[in-house]
Amino acid sequence: MEEKKIRVLVAKPGLDGHDRGAKVIARALRDAGMEVIYTGLRQTPEQIVIAALQEDVDAVGLSILSGAHMHLFPRIMNLLQENKMNDVLVFAGGIIPDRDVSKLKEIGISEIFPPGSSLQGIVNFVQSHVR
Amino acid sequence: MRGTNESADGRSNKRSISGHPIRELYTPEDLDGFDPTQELGVPGEFPFTRGVYRSMYRGRLWTMRQFAGFGTSEDTNKRFKYLLKQGQTGLSVAFDYPTLFGYDSDNPLAQGEVGRCGVAIDSLADMEALFEGIPLDKVTTSMTTNAPAAMIWCMYLVAAEKQGVRWQDLSGTIQNDVLKEYIAQKTYIYPPRPAMRIFTDIVSFATEQVPRWNTVSISGYHIREAGSTAVQELAFTLRDGIEYVEHCIRAGLKVDDFAPRFSFFFDIHNDFFEEIAKLRAARRIWARVMQDRFHAQNPNSLLCRIHSQTAGVSLTAQQPYNNAVRVALQALAAVLGGTQSLHTNSLDETLGLPTLESATLALRTQQIIARESGVPNTMDPLGGSYFVEKLTNELENTCLEYFDRIDAMGGMIEAIEIGFPQREIQQASYEQAKAIERNEQIIIGINECAAEESAPVNGLVIDEQASARQCANLRALRDNRNHSLVRKNLADLKKAAAGSDNILPFILNCVRSYATLGEMCDTLRSIFGEYHEPDFS
Repeated sequence: MEEKKIRVLVAKPGLDGHDRGAKVIARALRDAGMEVIYTGLRQTPEQIVIAALQEDVDAVGLSILSGAHMHLFPRIMNLLQENKMNDVLVFAGGIIPDRDVSKLKEIGISEIFPPGSSLQGIVNFVQSHVR
Repeated sequence: MRGTNESADGRSNKRSISGHPIRELYTPEDLDGFDPTQELGVPGEFPFTRGVYRSMYRGRLWTMRQFAGFGTSEDTNKRFKYLLKQGQTGLSVAFDYPTLFGYDSDNPLAQGEVGRCGVAIDSLADMEALFEGIPLDKVTTSMTTNAPAAMIWCMYLVAAEKQGVRWQDLSGTIQNDVLKEYIAQKTYIYPPRPAMRIFTDIVSFATEQVPRWNTVSISGYHIREAGSTAVQELAFTLRDGIEYVEHCIRAGLKVDDFAPRFSFFFDIHNDFFEEIAKLRAARRIWARVMQDRFHAQNPNSLLCRIHSQTAGVSLTAQQPYNNAVRVALQALAAVLGGTQSLHTNSLDETLGLPTLESATLALRTQQIIARESGVPNTMDPLGGSYFVEKLTNELENTCLEYFDRIDAMGGMIEAIEIGFPQREIQQASYEQAKAIERNEQIIIGINECAAEESAPVNGLVIDEQASARQCANLRALRDNRNHSLVRKNLADLKKAAAGSDNILPFILNCVRSYATLGEMCDTLRSIFGEYHEPDFS
């Protein structure tokens, strides 16, 4: 029997339009055999969590380069909890200063991938951490 | 380990970052039939390959223009004054995302974004504070604003007026390049066609009333940063330029009245010679387009005047001090390519906005090239190099092929509507990411010489209270205006937008009565609608 494909939502919270990273990651995950849903730009935390629910995803990848991550990521994590989606793997990338990384891990974001992260490294991470 | 594409004798093909084949040696045969009089000329003469001005840097160095903005107007005003004191010769304003999208700072969508990526501007009051103590007839200011450019520029014009500066004495640039927003940067508000109407209204108003203002900075920077190749950057940018010229002519303007105030903005990436050739090719292509396609008579209409910025996307979060070296090489390429102004990135920009120290080092990099290296003493010093001339020719030819394809689609707006440039960029960016992944393209500190730990950088901390202060000021402003005047001015703007009058005078009235950016942009949204990007993947 064929193994169930990992489903990933690649989401762009915040107002910035830098979608290069998100699109490259979406394609790399797809090429690695996952089902990938890309939200498009400028999604509110509510829109992202609704999409994650409706698409019944195993993982959510957040890409943000606007500097609003400390405001938006905790809201997304709270909403996921409220919707009993604690088992969804959440990882993130973008312009995120070192000093914010530990705080984001504390609220449940599994890993932060800065610019220059290897695509294969991200693919491996998702494959090995999805529960 | 060497890359697998290299044979033992090193003779096999190398490729540029853009995937362009590069040979080990170029000889006179590469320039067979090449006529230097036709293809190069001298600096300041057609086709301007060697530079737009007769004396180039001997006459005047490039403008050192560092992009800056964060927090409130007061915070950024301090940074501007610091940069000017350090010898910077022009200002460049970075706005925050709510300002780029025409949202007031207290809009729910602005939460967490106010003052983060730039300065927050809600009304004329903020613009006055931004330039407090900076005489606007003595500096030139570049403003990176696109979809709401008309509103932001009107705020600047009124702020200047309040300083007692006449509009004809003002000089500077608004980016105002909406087409590349749909293609790459994605800070659009209105759909492309009404956005082009706002564009031609701005150009027409500037031509009559602010004649020294650069009405547009036609930008390849964001196209390249989004992942295009060098030649795609060149082609999409210049083809955007053609689209703007055509629309202005259709709006009844004469080419020689507005074209001299068009300017360009290119990215300077890692591939040293490819970037130099790109700037040289850009000047030659634009001069020929303006002469042959638009029959421009004024020599100034033919000039591709260039602002350059080193490539943010080339910087790495890993081993961040390496970035200072990348920036120095890129800056040198921009100067050898004959840029008119330059922004050098700071080494910590992959982690956040630059600190004062790193922004100063970036400026010093330009000053060292300018004052110590001797490079500016001779114009176009690489002109005549078999390699650089061949590369310039090849970039030009591929660019012209792109022009033909886009012309066949009906023009750039039509190409954007079917997602052509967007798809080309997506494909190129994915191929580049894979080339790095396969070690075909080497990034020091990433896929070669990678270290587990690297020296940390501090990064600028944005004052958490800036957003609260901005919102409090905005509420106070709204309480202390002449409400009926604001309402009337916004209603007049709405009527003008629905009709065919130039909307600029109506925006100026709104600005003078302290209507907010959000109120003006919403008024135009109610007539023009909003753009939502289709899925082009």
